[in-house]
Amino acid sequence: MLLINCPYCGERPELEFVHGGQAHIARPGDPAECSDQQWAEYLYRRDNIKGLHGERWRHTHGCGRFFNALRDTTSDVFLATYKVGEQPPTQAQLKGVKA
Amino acid sequence: MSQGLRTVSGGRINRARPVRFTFDGRELSGLEGDTLASALLANGVHLVGRSFKYHRPRGVLTAGPEEPNALVAIRRDAARVTPNLRATEVELYEGLEAHSQNRWPSLGFDTGAINNLLAPFIPAGFYYKTFMWPRRAWQWLYEPRIRAATGLGLAPEHPDPDSYSNRFAHCDVLVVGAGPAGLAAAQSAAARGARVILCDEQPELGGSLLGEADPGASLGENGRDWLADTIRGLLANPRVTVLTRTTAFGYFPHNLIGLEQRLSDHLAQPDCRQPRERQWQVRARQVVLATGAIERPLVFPGNDRPGVMLAGAVRTYLNRYGVLAGRRAVLITTHDEAYRSALDLKRAGATVTIVDARNGASGELAETARREGLAVHTATTVIGTRGRLRVRSIRIQRLDAHGQARGATERIDCDLVLMSGGYTPSVHLFSQSRGKLAWSEGLHAFLPAESPEKVRCAGACRGVFSAAAARGDGESAGARAARDAGLTVDIVIGEPQPAQSSGTAAAGDLPQPGGAPPAKAFVDWQNDVTSRDLLLAAREGFRSIEHVKRYTTTGMATDQGKTSNLNALAIVARQLGKSIPEVGLTTFRMPYTPVTFGSFAGYTRGELFDPIRTTPIHDWAARQGAVFEDVGLWKRARYFPRNGESMHAAVARECQAVRSGCGLFDASTLGKIEVVGKDAVTFMNRLYVNGWTNLAVGRCRYGILLRDDGFIYDDGVVARIAEDRFHVTTTTGGAARVLAMMEDYLQTEWTDLSVWLTSTSEQWSVIALQGPRARQVLEALVQEVDLSAAALPHMGAATGRICGIPMRLFRVSFTGELGFEINVPADHGLAVWEAIHAAGEPHGITPYGTETMHVLRAEKGFVIVGQDTDGTVTPDDAGLTWAIGKQKPDFVGKRALERPAMHSPERKQLVGLLTAQPHVVLEEGAQIVLDARTTPPTRPIGHVTSSYYSATLGRSIALALVRAGRSRMGQTLYVPMPGEDLAVQVTSPVFYDPKGSRLNA
Ligand SMILES: [Zn+2]
Repeated sequence: MLLINCPYCGERPELEFVHGGQAHIARPGDPAECSDQQWAEYLYRRDNIKGLHGERWRHTHGCGRFFNALRDTTSDVFLATYKVGEQPPTQAQLKGVKA
Repeated sequence: MSQGLRTVSGGRINRARPVRFTFDGRELSGLEGDTLASALLANGVHLVGRSFKYHRPRGVLTAGPEEPNALVAIRRDAARVTPNLRATEVELYEGLEAHSQNRWPSLGFDTGAINNLLAPFIPAGFYYKTFMWPRRAWQWLYEPRIRAATGLGLAPEHPDPDSYSNRFAHCDVLVVGAGPAGLAAAQSAAARGARVILCDEQPELGGSLLGEADPGASLGENGRDWLADTIRGLLANPRVTVLTRTTAFGYFPHNLIGLEQRLSDHLAQPDCRQPRERQWQVRARQVVLATGAIERPLVFPGNDRPGVMLAGAVRTYLNRYGVLAGRRAVLITTHDEAYRSALDLKRAGATVTIVDARNGASGELAETARREGLAVHTATTVIGTRGRLRVRSIRIQRLDAHGQARGATERIDCDLVLMSGGYTPSVHLFSQSRGKLAWSEGLHAFLPAESPEKVRCAGACRGVFSAAAARGDGESAGARAARDAGLTVDIVIGEPQPAQSSGTAAAGDLPQPGGAPPAKAFVDWQNDVTSRDLLLAAREGFRSIEHVKRYTTTGMATDQGKTSNLNALAIVARQLGKSIPEVGLTTFRMPYTPVTFGSFAGYTRGELFDPIRTTPIHDWAARQGAVFEDVGLWKRARYFPRNGESMHAAVARECQAVRSGCGLFDASTLGKIEVVGKDAVTFMNRLYVNGWTNLAVGRCRYGILLRDDGFIYDDGVVARIAEDRFHVTTTTGGAARVLAMMEDYLQTEWTDLSVWLTSTSEQWSVIALQGPRARQVLEALVQEVDLSAAALPHMGAATGRICGIPMRLFRVSFTGELGFEINVPADHGLAVWEAIHAAGEPHGITPYGTETMHVLRAEKGFVIVGQDTDGTVTPDDAGLTWAIGKQKPDFVGKRALERPAMHSPERKQLVGLLTAQPHVVLEEGAQIVLDARTTPPTRPIGHVTSSYYSATLGRSIALALVRAGRSRMGQTLYVPMPGEDLAVQVTSPVFYDPKGSRLNA
C-alpha cells in the first residue's frame, strides 16, 4: 500500500485515494473541431511508461480533491505531488529527489 | 516412552516441567520449551511425514521456518485443525495433538509409496507430457486422482471459531529479526531516541544465538553482559515495541511491512476472548532487516532419508533443546563452520565421522576436530545411503586429483547424517522490497544491493556471518537507520562490517561415479524434485530459471525453496555452462512463511464483512414480513408476502394494487446530489445530455448522463428547486460514482464554474406513492401545495409540508400511474411513511417492493441503467434520443455520439419481446438468434435484458437488446434453451398504456 502525499492533507495511506489515470490530458476545448481520430486519441490513448509517469489521484476518503503526481512506475517512488492547475516540477527542481 | 536421547543438562528447556502430547495417536512426552520437532527427536522419532509426490519416508531436516519435510496438522477440535505447520516451529503444550500428513493408511506403511517405485516414470513435466490427451479427462479423471495421490494436509470441516485482530502501527525504525544483528540494531536505534519495533518469529529473543551452548560467549568482548543488558533494556524501553512469535511475512511499497503475530497457538488452553493472531501493518520510516541465513543441504543419492539433517539443526537440537538427534553420526560438509556441529556432538557423547568433499581441511576447526580424535575423510564424496524408515548407513567414495569419484568405496554405519553446504543469506524480504541482489563469488551467495525502499540489511543476511561481526554490523545499521529517520545523532556511528566467507564451497551436488546424475538425490524436499529432474529440464531446452522452476516445480512448495533454490540454480547453471548470475534467480514473493486466511480477514467477517445500509423505513418493512434483497450495500424490501404467499403471488397482488388503487414504495436508496451555485445550470448543461436552461423552477426532467465515450452511465429525475439549485437523483448503485464524475469535471476541467456539489442521499427519505388513488391519499396530509393536475402536472415539483414536515414533492412516476415522490428529511421518513400508510388504508394502500417496481416499469418500457444497459448502449440504442438537448453545442458524450459506428443501423436496440407461449418467462441474459434449430455455432443477434410475468397483462413480457431491433417489429426470433427454441415476437418496449394517459391523470 503506497503512502501518498496529498498536497492538501499530507501523507495518507493509499486506501484513502482513488487513482485517476494519466495526468495532463485536457478535454479538447471544442470537441466539434476534433476529427474522429483526434477524439479517439483523447478518449483511449494513454502512455504506458516504465519510469517517470504523471498521474491523477483523488483523495476520496479525505479532502475529496484531485491532484497530480509524478511517480516512478518501476520503484513506486513519488517524486512530487502537486495541485490541479500547477505545472509538474522541472528536472532541475527534481534533482536530489531519490527515484 | 522415555525421552532417551535427552542430554543430562544444558539447553533452554525446563527439565522440571514434562509436557504430554500425541503424534498420530501415540502418547509421548516432552519438556516445556520444546518444539514438536525437538520433542519427537528426544523420543527417537525421526519419521514424521511422507513426501509430496513419491510418498517417501521423511524426517525432520531443519530446526526452523525453512523446514520442508516435517509438516504436521495440529488439531484442537473439529473446527480447529491447522494443516501444514512446520513441526520445527510448533511450540509444545500440554495435550497437543499432532498428526502426520500425506500418508495412507499409516506413516510407517503408506500404499502411496508405490509412486516411489514408479519414480523413474514420473520425471519432471510428467503431468504435462502424460495427461495431455484426451483433454476432457482432466476434469473427471486425472486431476481428482492426482490431487488424491499427492498434496499436503486437509482443511478443517467447520468454520473457524477463532477471532483475529488487525493493527496499524508507525515507527521510526522497524527491525526484523532478533539475532545478534537485530538486537544490536534495535538497541542502537533506540539509544538514539528512535521509536523502534523489533519483531522475531521465535518465542524468545536471540535468533541464532539460541542454538549456542553459551549464547553470549560468541558475541566477542563482554558478550554475555551485552546480551543480557540489551534484551533487558529493549524490553524496558517504552519507545520500543518487542514482538516475539511474530513473522514479518511481506514487504509492501513505501516501507509497509506485514507482521503476523501468533498470540495463542502455543497455549494449552487459549482464552476464547483473546484473538488467535494479530496482523500488523507497520509503516516504518526506516527498516533494518536482520533476517539471518539458512543452511544449505548437500545433494547426494538418498539424502532425504529420516535421520539426514542439516548440521546446524542438529547442533541447535543439542544446545537449545538438550536432544541428541543420534548416537553414531556422520557429518558431510564442504566448509569449516559445520565442524562445530561435529565437535559439539562428540562432546555430548556421540561418535562422529567427518566426510569433507574438499581436497583438504586445514582450518582451525578442522584441526580441533582431528585433535579431539574425530575421523576426517577429505576428498571424499557420498554415493548413497541405506535405511527404509531411518538412515542406517552411508557409502562414501574417494575423489581423485580431478575431483572425480574413482577411488575406493566404504560403508559407514550410522543413525544420523549431518550435512552442510554453507549458508544462504535470507534475502526474501529485501527482494520483496524490489531490492536488487548481487552475486558474490567469494561467498557463493546472492547479497542485498540497492533497493528503492528505505531499508538496510545487517548481519548474516548480508553475508556477515559471525555473531560478533553481526553485532557490530547491527549497531552500525541501527544508528544509520535512526539518523535517516530524522533523529539527531550525536554518537559516533560505526562502519558496517565486511561480508565474510564461511569457507563455503560451491553449491550443488556432490560428485558421483562416472559423472552420472545420481538417482534420488533431492534438491527440493517438499516438492520431491531431484537433481535428475533439473538436468532433464535443461536437456529439454529450458533455459530461464523461471521456466525450469515451473516445469520441475522446484521451489514452488509452501517453503518456497528456502533450502533448495541455490542448489537448483547451481545445478542448472553448470548444465547450461553458464555462471549462476547469468541464469538468474527466481522472484521472492510474500508471504515468507504461510499466513492464515483468518489473519487477513481480521475483523471483517460475519456482520462486519461489509457495511449494511438500511433506510429509515427498513424496520417497518421488516415488521411487515418483507423479504429483502441486497442492492450494493443496501437492504431493499423485495416484496411483502401475506399469509405465506409465494413471491409470484405477492408481486401479482402488489402490481394489481398499484394499477387499480395505490401502492407505497420506499425509494430512499436513490442517490441524491444537490447541485448549487450561480453556474449550476451551465454545469448541468455541460454534463447531462438534456437541455436545462429552459427547465423552469418547479419542474422535473428525466436526465441522462453519458461518459465521454457516448455510452449511458447513469440516469435519474432532476428537479429545479431554484434558479441556482438542482435536486439531482441517480440510480441506487450509481450515487458515489456519479458524484465522483461530477467532482472530476468540476475540479479539473471546468474550474471556471462556481458550483457546489453535496451528496444528500442519506439526508432525504423518499416515499413513492403510486396509483390512480394516490392524489386522494395525499390530499389529506399535505400543506402549502396544490395537488391538482393543473397546478402540479406530471413532472411538476413543489416544496411544502406533509404532516407539518418540510417536503420536496415531485410528481413523477416509474410505474406509469399517477404518482408522487415525497422527499422528507430522513429523521421524519418513518413517521411520514406511517401517516401515509394510515391515510391510505381506506383506499387499499399496499406497500410494494423492488420486484413489483421492476415489473411495473418494464410494462412501461422504462430502462434500468445497468440492467437494460451495459456500458455499450447509447441513448439512441435505448430509444431515448428524445431526451437529448438538440441546441447544445457540447455535452459530455456528444462528440463520441457523432462517430460513424454510433449510428450504424446494425447496432443493438432496445425492443420488447412477447413469447409465443404467454406463460413462459424468458431467462434474463438469454441469447437471441434468427433461426430455430440451427446447429451451433449460431451467431446471436441480441440478448434478453429484463423478463417478468405481468399480472396486469396476463402474460410474460421481456425487454431485449437486438441488432437493428427497431427494424424488426413483428418479426419472429428465437431464444434457444435446453430442449427447445422459444419463439418470440419483436414488439415495442412499451407494453402498457403507450399513450401515457394514466400517468398524466
Ligand atoms: Zn487530501
